Amino acid sequence: MGIGMGMERSPFRWLLPAAVLALLVLAWELVVRLNQLPPYILPSPLLVAQTLVKDRVVLFQSMLVTLHTTVLALAFAVLGGVGLALVFASSRIVEFSLFPIAVILQVTPIIAIAPLMLIYLSTDTAVLVCAWIVAFFPVLANTTLGLKSIDPNLRDLFRLSGASGWQTLVQLKLPTALPYFLGGLRIAGGLALIGAVVGEIAAGSAGQGSGLAFRIVESAYRLNIPRLFASLLLISFAGILIYGVLSLVSWLALRRWHESELGAG
Amino acid sequence: MTPPADEIHSATDAPLLALSGVGKRFANAVTALDGLDMQVRQGEFLSLLGPSGCGKSTALRLIAGLSEPTAGRIAWNGADAPRRAGGAGVSGAGAISFVFQEPTLMPWANVFANVHLPLRLSGVSRRAAEPAILEALEMVGLSAFREAYPRELSGGMKMRVSIARALVTKPRLLLMDEPFAALDEITRFKLNNDLLQLWRQLGCTIVFVTHSVFESVFLSSRILVFRARPGRVFAEVSIDPAQPRDDAFRTSPEYAGLCRRASTALASAMDAGAG
Repeated sequence: MGIGMGMERSPFRWLLPAAVLALLVLAWELVVRLNQLPPYILPSPLLVAQTLVKDRVVLFQSMLVTLHTTVLALAFAVLGGVGLALVFASSRIVEFSLFPIAVILQVTPIIAIAPLMLIYLSTDTAVLVCAWIVAFFPVLANTTLGLKSIDPNLRDLFRLSGASGWQTLVQLKLPTALPYFLGGLRIAGGLALIGAVVGEIAAGSAGQGSGLAFRIVESAYRLNIPRLFASLLLISFAGILIYGVLSLVSWLALRRWHESELGAG
Repeated sequence: MTPPADEIHSATDAPLLALSGVGKRFANAVTALDGLDMQVRQGEFLSLLGPSGCGKSTALRLIAGLSEPTAGRIAWNGADAPRRAGGAGVSGAGAISFVFQEPTLMPWANVFANVHLPLRLSGVSRRAAEPAILEALEMVGLSAFREAYPRELSGGMKMRVSIARALVTKPRLLLMDEPFAALDEITRFKLNNDLLQLWRQLGCTIVFVTHSVFESVFLSSRILVFRARPGRVFAEVSIDPAQPRDDAFRTSPEYAGLCRRASTALASAMDAGAG
């Protein structure tokens, strides 16, 4: 039995990456101390942690704003993406007509669209729309793929049993599409956060907004580098949180039957 | 309780359905069937044997109503006409069940829910369907696996679930499209035996598509040998339905003789189709 076999279940699976991370932080602290680097060049991890505690009210407030935008954008992306995928699956003409627009929205960098959004929309709405645009496409593309991946024999079986369109949708198409949708959702979760951050940065440079990305821009202007690092840390944490929650949802939905989650529990 | 086979299956010659002059041409201009004449008799075990591409699976799909013939007609004997696929279903008891080459189970549903499916689609609730589902699972010997998911079962067990799902509606006509082709020989022999026993128990009519001479001879009361180009019936081999089908039969001279006859017919059919 090789080392790799026992790795999955051994405590080293968690201890090793944690130890590596701790070593990196320690090295960072040492570099700062030994070179006596001033905080506006590179703050020590300890100072970042202290800033996080000191500024917790304003920073956590900002994190809630960013998370709120992200979650809302993700919810709209799910509604729009799944809804449009269902329309696509039922009508080839609509798919041909609308899919290019969805692709154009996807391939145009969101940072380039953001200033335009800020002209036409209120700041909050513009940030939300930015996050929605990037989160929408993976949900749409994956759900469309899933709805097209139906086992033709199962479809025949439904026909033979005289299944209605609604029964076929709920009992065959949606369950078939579920793993694809959940895969798209996990990608969309990360992208929604990126979209929200991009939107906030674009809005923040115009002197508005109060999300985490705005705190970063603000801290950079004021050379408050410890707070910039603290905000960055929280954005990472928000991303991990979103990914974790969506992975959990995926695991709960698929653990009994889908290959992707087998052995994960 | 079960009467001996020869009492039920005294091969009443009353046809359940008849295909006359049936042709099927696909949109890509491939002609699968041309001038197919065949009958399915009440209560028989009919095998459609032929090389691949001879249209035997297409014939099965036409009988099921999964596709429409482009020529000829399929006539059902009076009251036995099934509701058409996709049409308004009147009752949960479908006249036709179909077993595919793959088990074709819903991976997200457990064995019980998979077997429930045809009844559920006809509006029979879980509670109302439960006795029929348990009976079907009992028949295929999977009572202990009602909560299992398809991925947890072997290939042979999945096929049993698929058969239980076909039996749960108490079909008058069971259509099987090379159901055991993907299984190993040991499992296939076992399922062949079990299928024959079910056929005797239930007294339904079975149309069984296969490319295995040995399987068709072991199972059938009648074999239709198909040829290709054009796909139609080439020869017919009848086997005494009273003949017990057991492991002794598998090794008997009668079985060998019947297999030789069927093989010869198949070889001629392939020569005819190649020309």
